[in-house]
Amino acid sequence: MGLITLKNVSKSFDDVEVIPPLDLEIRDGEFVVFVGPSGCGKSTLLRLIAGLEDITSGRVEIDGVDVTEVPPARRRLAMVFQSYALYPHMSVRKNIAFPLRMAKLDKAEQSRRVESAAHVLNLTEYLDRRPGQLSGGQRQRVAIGRAIVREPEAFLFDEPLSNLDAALRVNMRLEISELHQSLKTTMIYVTHDQVEAMTMADKIVVLQAGVIEQVGSPLELYHNPRNLFVASFIGSPKMNFLRGDEADRHGAHTIGIRPEHIRISANEGEWKGTVGVSEHLGADTFFHVRCEELGATLTVRADGDNPLQYGDSVLLAPELAKLQRFDADGLRIT
Amino acid sequence: MISPAVALLLCWMLVPLGLTLYFSFLRYNLLMPGMEQWTGWTNYYFFLTDPSFWDAIRNTLTLVIGVLIITIIGGVLLALLLDQEMWGRNIVRLLVIAPFFVMPTVSALVWKNMFMNPVNGLFAQLSGLLGLEPFDFFAHAPLSSIIAIVSWQWLPFATLILLTALQSLDREQLEASEMDGAGSINRLLFIVLPHLARAITVVILIQTIFLLSIFAEILVTTNGGPGTATTNLTFLVYAQSLLQFDVGGGSAGGVIAIVLANIVAIFLMRMIGRNLDA
Ligand SMILES: Nc1ncnc2c1ncn2[C@@H]1O[C@H](COP(=O)(O)OP(=O)(O)OP(=O)(O)O)[C@@H](O)[C@H]1O
Ligand SMILES: [Mg+2]
Repeated sequence: MGLITLKNVSKSFDDVEVIPPLDLEIRDGEFVVFVGPSGCGKSTLLRLIAGLEDITSGRVEIDGVDVTEVPPARRRLAMVFQSYALYPHMSVRKNIAFPLRMAKLDKAEQSRRVESAAHVLNLTEYLDRRPGQLSGGQRQRVAIGRAIVREPEAFLFDEPLSNLDAALRVNMRLEISELHQSLKTTMIYVTHDQVEAMTMADKIVVLQAGVIEQVGSPLELYHNPRNLFVASFIGSPKMNFLRGDEADRHGAHTIGIRPEHIRISANEGEWKGTVGVSEHLGADTFFHVRCEELGATLTVRADGDNPLQYGDSVLLAPELAKLQRFDADGLRIT
Repeated sequence: MISPAVALLLCWMLVPLGLTLYFSFLRYNLLMPGMEQWTGWTNYYFFLTDPSFWDAIRNTLTLVIGVLIITIIGGVLLALLLDQEMWGRNIVRLLVIAPFFVMPTVSALVWKNMFMNPVNGLFAQLSGLLGLEPFDFFAHAPLSSIIAIVSWQWLPFATLILLTALQSLDREQLEASEMDGAGSINRLLFIVLPHLARAITVVILIQTIFLLSIFAEILVTTNGGPGTATTNLTFLVYAQSLLQFDVGGGSAGGVIAIVLANIVAIFLMRMIGRNLDA
């Protein structure tokens, strides 16, 4: 079981309140992603759950048991750190076996579990190397191996992929998702990369300045963002926002429309614009279109083979059904 | 081509070494000037067969090893303490480092006269207060007393090096081991001490070099006595050449000391030098 509940949890460093009181429930077997801009308190929240930071007020429960005062070692959680935090003087085998050794498991069981973790993570050949002799991706896998041998109630990941190159990141993302499917253990994953969040999560928790802005599945956040912040944070490229007359016409303070919900063409549409820089990704092309009347530059998605050029005059046709409206406080009007 | 700096360094080192070697084969006594003559290995023979030579070797080793043990264990403990967040940490750090700035003669005299003196010393006064017999440190435990003084001087050095090493330990490693279920003793054994291994090696190497030639502390406290109880090799060489005016014998002792120091150095390098690799 890996049911984690935060009740009224807050955290202050000296006088600075980094996390105002918040409630959160993470169900057993869920893959939850904490996402938000740098410095918003994602790591702090994770460390509060792990027990590495003391909670200023409130309580943390695991499987209904209050663990607020329980030291990290006895919370039955495993953590994978951004820096991997491998023990440099131990071989990979000893690194992975370390939690088992601390738990005083017998030698045969230790090596059985290490072997099987190494097998799952493709580390068998490297068991006798030191961490310093491994590549970044292999180190990452060792760190994950060290976490899984303990068979914990939940895994905590703090930006585990941010030190890897783009291609490897996509690979590891899949491997971690795969691992989640096979283990069915609760996983809490911190990232500031919304693509990682969207692709991996069952449930995303969007944070800003220590406050939970919204909790929901990736598609819920995509289709029904609660406010401007979530709307702008989720989705890539970012949602376009318009204020002023155009927003007033729709009875809102701000309106938002995603790049994929605008059609671009030479002859039909209600917004006039001039094509600026275009980004060709192959399957898609993103045009940055300057609209003088709206006083804004909009990002628009088009097919990869769209022939429009820099400086062309175009017309934009938003799909009005997909338009999102926000009031003066930034909350979405439904 | 040999660079001028290397040439200078060679002269600097080779001339005294050459002269020492040369004197060690002479019968050269300051009481009989102008009577120097070649004697071959006689000086070496007498130095090595002198019973105080073996005492000196034993004392030198005891001194070096004793101080190393105390400073390294004490240094690790102090470094761990100073690494904690605590009130007044900077002042405490300064205080801990202070002994290193006191010159050896002064600190030895302070210890001798203000702490260990059997009549007026602080320890004698304290044991008087407790109704105990004052302990005459330099009479009954002379070598241990000197080990204590030298350890006190070198503890800051060890602490400082170990503290910097400790501060370079990745916090996340400690946190990871904490989550892996390691208690504070296990964290010390499996994470902190292995991390400190290299720094400890450096402390051992540097201190050994300096501790082999401890002199001032002995000169101002016990003068090598009682008997030869605190005579180390350096002091024996000094006694030979300047108390007995036997420059030839002293030089032979000096050469023997150089050879022994090199043996120790090679031995140390073999034993722990590989810690410095990688
Ligand atoms: N030990 C500390 N003492 C004081 N302030 C801290 C401490 N740790 C974190 N903070 C502050 O708490 C806030 C949240 O930090 P946190 O590390 O949780 O951010 P984050 O969301 O993980 O950011 P990033 O994506 O950059 O890792 C920051 O403003 C940071 O300055
Ligand atoms: Mg962080």
